[in-house]
Amino acid sequence: MRLPAPIPPAPVQRPGAFFFSSPLLLLGFLPILLLLSACRPLPPADLVLHNGREPETIDPHLLTGQADGRIGSALFEGLTRFDPVTSLAIPGLAERWQISPDGRTYTFTIRSNAAWSTGTPITSADVVWSWQRAIDPRTAADYASQYFYVVNGEAICTGTERDLTRLGVSAPDPRTVVVQLVNPTPFFLELLASRVFAVVPRTAIEQHGDHWIRSTPLPCSGPYTLESWRVNDRIRLRRNPHYWDASNVRSTTIDVLAGDSAHTALNLYLSGDVDFVIDKDMFPTELADALSRRPDFHRYDYLGSYFIRLNCTRKPLDDPRVREAFARVVQRDRIVSRITRMGERPITHLVPAGTGGYQPPIGLEPDVDRARQLLADAGFPGGRGFPVLEYSFNAETKLHENIAVEFQQTLRDTLGVRIELRPLEWKSYLNNMSKLDYDLMRSSWIGDYNDPNTFLDLFLSSGGNNRTGWKDPDYDRLLNEANSTLEPTRRFDLLRAAETRLLRQGIPIIPLYSYVGFYALDTNRVSGVHGNLLDEHPFWSMAREPRPARR
Amino acid sequence: MKRLLFIPVLVWIVATLAFFLLRVAPGGPFDRERAPASKEVEAALLAKYHLDEPLWRQYLRFLSGLARGDLGPSFKYRHHSVNDILAQALPVSLTLGCLAFGTALGIGIPIGFLGAVHRGRWPDWAGSFLVLLGVCVPTFVIAPLLVLIFGLRLGWFPVALWGSPAQVVLPTFALGLYFAARISRLLREGLSETLRAPFILTARAKGLGEFQLLLRHALRPSLLPVVSFCGPMLADLMTGSFVIEKVFQIPGTGAFFINSFFSRDYPLMVGLVIVYSTLLLVLNFATDLAYRWLDPRVRHA
Repeated sequence: MRLPAPIPPAPVQRPGAFFFSSPLLLLGFLPILLLLSACRPLPPADLVLHNGREPETIDPHLLTGQADGRIGSALFEGLTRFDPVTSLAIPGLAERWQISPDGRTYTFTIRSNAAWSTGTPITSADVVWSWQRAIDPRTAADYASQYFYVVNGEAICTGTERDLTRLGVSAPDPRTVVVQLVNPTPFFLELLASRVFAVVPRTAIEQHGDHWIRSTPLPCSGPYTLESWRVNDRIRLRRNPHYWDASNVRSTTIDVLAGDSAHTALNLYLSGDVDFVIDKDMFPTELADALSRRPDFHRYDYLGSYFIRLNCTRKPLDDPRVREAFARVVQRDRIVSRITRMGERPITHLVPAGTGGYQPPIGLEPDVDRARQLLADAGFPGGRGFPVLEYSFNAETKLHENIAVEFQQTLRDTLGVRIELRPLEWKSYLNNMSKLDYDLMRSSWIGDYNDPNTFLDLFLSSGGNNRTGWKDPDYDRLLNEANSTLEPTRRFDLLRAAETRLLRQGIPIIPLYSYVGFYALDTNRVSGVHGNLLDEHPFWSMAREPRPARR
Repeated sequence: MKRLLFIPVLVWIVATLAFFLLRVAPGGPFDRERAPASKEVEAALLAKYHLDEPLWRQYLRFLSGLARGDLGPSFKYRHHSVNDILAQALPVSLTLGCLAFGTALGIGIPIGFLGAVHRGRWPDWAGSFLVLLGVCVPTFVIAPLLVLIFGLRLGWFPVALWGSPAQVVLPTFALGLYFAARISRLLREGLSETLRAPFILTARAKGLGEFQLLLRHALRPSLLPVVSFCGPMLADLMTGSFVIEKVFQIPGTGAFFINSFFSRDYPLMVGLVIVYSTLLLVLNFATDLAYRWLDPRVRHA
């Protein structure tokens, strides 16, 4: 419909004046002002690292993520620290230690030049207070369970012992720390290198509470101090001048970038804006074939296992014969050669080979005929009458779905069993796992320290991470016996016996492959980075080479 | 002006809905792959963030915080409050959004204008082709393409990050292109319609020059559809784009819109909902004011 002709605008304007008086154009000036205020570029750092996702916390006692941990380790150190080449524990704030013949008492001597970044000496009282803070349930540290090896650690964490000073750690003099352990724990020195044992500044924490890490000046015990932090952008670290080993801290300033796109991380590396992408998740696996042919591509074994959890409380998976039948048909070689494609090792065991010098047993080898027989014995000949089970997985990456589809086809083709796929968002996935609300579930575990126990203690009957409903007193007994044994060969034999039970009689899991780590690094550009089993890459050993080679 | 008073009420309703709807999603902010060290540790964590309290009390706590302008602590980024995060991220998204808005208008209006004036001739066809591309090719294709060509191949602009003016160029274009295409379409239709109106005939009969006729008489009413699109578009642009911020690793609010839900960071999510709804309502109000200014019919009605 036509409206009556409007009254033409009254004031006479120059032609084009409309554009200049327009409020739309005023908006055009706003961004320029904003831009000027937002752009305060920092001076370039000596080394720029892409660290993966934005850290949730860098409080060494609270953090759980790998990206968080790298920063936590740069700022705070414990009695031992990780060797950048081997990722084994080497002396940190403690220069030496003595172990009692029964393996239950450790006496550490703190370096005379150990100091906070503010210049004050670090004493044994700092160590004792830090440990008491970490184990205090009110601190709510997820990794507090690492203290259960220390006398009274578990009692304090579970609230049965309220007196924090009862924790088995004491400071007879300012440079001596004495630790009492429940059992001889051969991996205790490795544990001490993890963040939850780091020494943290008492006064800052008591004064600022939850916000202590952003208080200034922040006293740090590690090789670096925190200079600035912009969420989802970068953390700027500066060398701690009072660090006991400051002369070996190679880069003065380091920018640690945060971002969650692997493709962007690659672009930044290719353009030279980032020296090294440190995080495995920031590797675009879709481009694996092309990238793995590059000379700057590096690959190394990594302490992690990928496996399928079977819910042992649900029919028909409560029948070990059914679980064994499933474990006997899975085609690991196809999965690693066609789906993961990064050189992962197919495994029938849980503990990755080489963990702390341990030789894992052989689990259930593929045997389709036996699998069919087992399923028939369980009452489902040729898969007839077998209910449709669900296979749950977290759906952020295509990888888990591809493995699920492969497993689905294998079960259908070999056993005549049908499963349905159930993709889940991360929190629902975790929720269902801990509530045992699944039939089969994609799972994985990354070792916390270089010893088989970090994998095997998952499946203790009382273990909070068991999450399969499988309980075996004999398994618990074998594991406990192993961990109170001082003699290493005998201990590994017991652990192997326990793992064999888990894999061949219990079968709450079907192991698929052990992880590899990989990164792209031009060794002419950055030195001091080494692939290792724990995927630990301390910043202090890294530096940009004097001759910058772009691309 | 009465509508201005309704804005806080509407924001409160939206925030309340968000507050309760988020709690329906399964799993909680502190669920992790690793089980908590003990029940006491888990309980201490929940108590610290008042998640052990009944929901109505948490809601009252949230309201009293809101009244003081405090949106609470982020559950995911544990050393930062929601206010902290927004104070860092919002200026970034606002800057990028305004620049993209300027780009969208700067490209969209001339193309639409030329398209309508030269309707059916080659400038129209060329413009329509570009518009079609802009509307059909999604941002997650355009953005990496721009990076590949102008960042990696030609090396003219940085491939990502935020801080220097050069780093702003590619994300601004990538973000603005789609909106430029939409604007030029709207203006082309609007202006073609206006040019057929009787008052244009009158103006021509009066002997008005073509230039003055187009700019002073025809363009102004033709901008109405563009303006009504601008309000929500600006709100969208200023609160950040998930895709663009991810591709260019920009520390804006866009990524938080998605991630705070997946991590069940209730306070951050609700904080973002409040910011977005406020912007949207205020800009819609501004759109109406612009209408009055542009269209005498509205003013005299």
